[in-house]
Amino acid sequence: MRTDFLEIGNGKAVDRDRIPHLAFDDFRSQAMGIVDGGGKVVQYFAYEDSGGIKLLAVLRTDRLLAAGCDAPEAYPAMSLTSEPFHLFERELAEQFAIRPEGHPWLKMVRYHPNYRGREDVFGNNYTEDIPGNYDYYAVDGEEVHEVAVGPVHAGVIEPGHFRFNCIGERVLHLEIQLGYQHRGVEQLLMNVDARRLPIIAEGIAGDTAVGHGLCYAQAIEALTDTTPDAGARIIRTIGLELERLQNHVGDLGALSGDVAFLPPANYCGRMRGDFLNMSLWLCGNRFGKGLVRPGGVRFPMTDVDRETLAGRLEELKPQVRHTMELLFATPSVRARFEECGAVSTDDAHKLGLVGPAGRACGIAYDARRDFPTEHYAQLIIPENAKSTGDVYARARTRADEVLQSMDMIESLLKDPVQTQCDLPSEFKPMSSAMVVTLNEAWRGEVSHCVLTGADGEIVRYKVKDPSFHNWNGLAMSLRDTGISDFPLNNKSYNLSYCGFDL
Amino acid sequence: MIKTLQNRFEQGYRTSRYPKEPIQLPERYRGRPQIVPDAPAELAAHCAAACPQEAIDADSKRIDMGRCVFCGTCERLSEGRFVKFTQDFEIATAQKEHLITDGSLPALADHAKQHFKKLFGRSLQLRQVSAAGCNSCEADLNVLATPFFDLARFGINFVASPRHADAIVVTGPISRNMKTALLQTYEAVPAPKAVIAVGSCTLSGGPFRGSPEITEGLDQLLPVDLFIPGCPPHPLTNLHAFLSFFK
Repeated sequence: MRTDFLEIGNGKAVDRDRIPHLAFDDFRSQAMGIVDGGGKVVQYFAYEDSGGIKLLAVLRTDRLLAAGCDAPEAYPAMSLTSEPFHLFERELAEQFAIRPEGHPWLKMVRYHPNYRGREDVFGNNYTEDIPGNYDYYAVDGEEVHEVAVGPVHAGVIEPGHFRFNCIGERVLHLEIQLGYQHRGVEQLLMNVDARRLPIIAEGIAGDTAVGHGLCYAQAIEALTDTTPDAGARIIRTIGLELERLQNHVGDLGALSGDVAFLPPANYCGRMRGDFLNMSLWLCGNRFGKGLVRPGGVRFPMTDVDRETLAGRLEELKPQVRHTMELLFATPSVRARFEECGAVSTDDAHKLGLVGPAGRACGIAYDARRDFPTEHYAQLIIPENAKSTGDVYARARTRADEVLQSMDMIESLLKDPVQTQCDLPSEFKPMSSAMVVTLNEAWRGEVSHCVLTGADGEIVRYKVKDPSFHNWNGLAMSLRDTGISDFPLNNKSYNLSYCGFDL
Repeated sequence: MIKTLQNRFEQGYRTSRYPKEPIQLPERYRGRPQIVPDAPAELAAHCAAACPQEAIDADSKRIDMGRCVFCGTCERLSEGRFVKFTQDFEIATAQKEHLITDGSLPALADHAKQHFKKLFGRSLQLRQVSAAGCNSCEADLNVLATPFFDLARFGINFVASPRHADAIVVTGPISRNMKTALLQTYEAVPAPKAVIAVGSCTLSGGPFRGSPEITEGLDQLLPVDLFIPGCPPHPLTNLHAFLSFFK
């Protein structure tokens, strides 16, 4: 179909004047048209501009498309027919008091007053602590009961509230209510001194410090026309793959623990630590904090580093492979993983699932292959798509990615890496520009979008963690599933609370 | 079965001998910051101005480990001539003012509360509360249960209910939306109880200081007994703190 949306590049700055400014009705119908034709929402948010409020959407097909419009005070919700907008519209309502009329579940996302000081769309009184004035999905029936869990959970884990509607042990519906972790990240990123930005970016989700750190650094690089050298791009790629390994290996162990098969649970716990220690070796922090900065990386990869990391990987690789073989060859594990918490491909598309959770449902999209950054254009990224959408498919996808990531790092460590670690400390972003960055972190597509004003100041900083798409996938997985399979399903996604809550 | 056994042999014995034997962390690890006392004043001022956390006081030449995220900006800038991060991970303190340091720290064990040692020395049950933590502090506490650290061999465990706990371990900058749940969890722990603050966010707001959505320091809400700095603290920092303070 014909569209006025402008094609943009991942991590390429665009003059804001070049972004098509459409009439709202055209914006709405074209955005819905792209999404109904199979497109996905990368970003959809509002921002203040010369006294008014504007909307900006970045959609993805096999290309990235952007357009904006003036924001109405209220409009007919797109979610009614075009489900991937669902949470984005709720977020818009919460942040800017723009009401999507007829939205099927218009409920606050993170529980905070809107940025404009307008009357609250949800009727909440924010002087009151959570829980505020809001409903949960309810199921009527004599034998229906509710189970409420959280915000404080039983393990060492972030907080969130889970409300199960059950009949017996069968879950009819799970509603996940987050917001407890809200720290005001986007507002901070727009208002603090520039030297604080990378520290905040790496803290958006500490288990995705490299993923978010990269999105931030690439955005600043695009806005200052800076290109990191080839060595830095390789080291960044290694950093992102190490992050993937740490989390996937840890979660596969936890999945094994959740089905009471303890050997891989213990082995994976230890091996995850070994991958964390590889990041520690590289940059002095187990989570990769401090590695990536605009302009490149802060630590070189000397020949000693290469040999050390390659040596550790060589020792770990067979151990990891054998543990994965043990996990997937054990009948008691297979019996619990298979057909548990399945999400159909159609539902996954409507929910807009990304990352391994999406690939487990047959959506092959991988930003490393489709919108490559850093060194990824030179690497082969397999499709990894599975068809069953169950715990097994999510675990298998992640195990496949573990093996692939180890191969990638191994190949990248083969040749000497030269990089210039003397990075500029100050940046002057170009004026009136917009940039979107996307990276495939371990949970899926992380995206930052930065808009600058007339003096190059940041006027809007929008963050999207893949968890923003995927939490509803977990809720969908629980439909018609035994409530005792909740931990297993939860761990198969292992989504970020703080990445969602910001 | 044979596969399970093969795996077991391949994995070997992995538990660390710390604290009986010391552990050397890699060179790039940034532990206890050491200030160079005779560094030129302008260099100190330069580092203080560049610190993203405003953790450096150039006049007194001290660094506030409660604010510091150990990013190493000052060390890079001064090329180690004003601040040098050592590989010493034993950096927890029993008093908040001890976090403001020129690099020398009082021995934690000497400042531990003796009645805690008597009560909890042989068995310490911890309830962790993440209050807007970014999941790195949480992850590096969780990792203490893995075979390398094996926290349980010291009689220390993380438990599911505050009713079963002797202490709460708090992470994160305590978002407005988590404050009530945190305070309720604290109330639910039977006295006598200890409060342990883990990570820069919990000690000072960390990277998020200045946001109206958070609390800048757990000590504003609860009586904190043990301060563990870092972003996140290394698991060994946590382990050392627990052992020195309670054992």
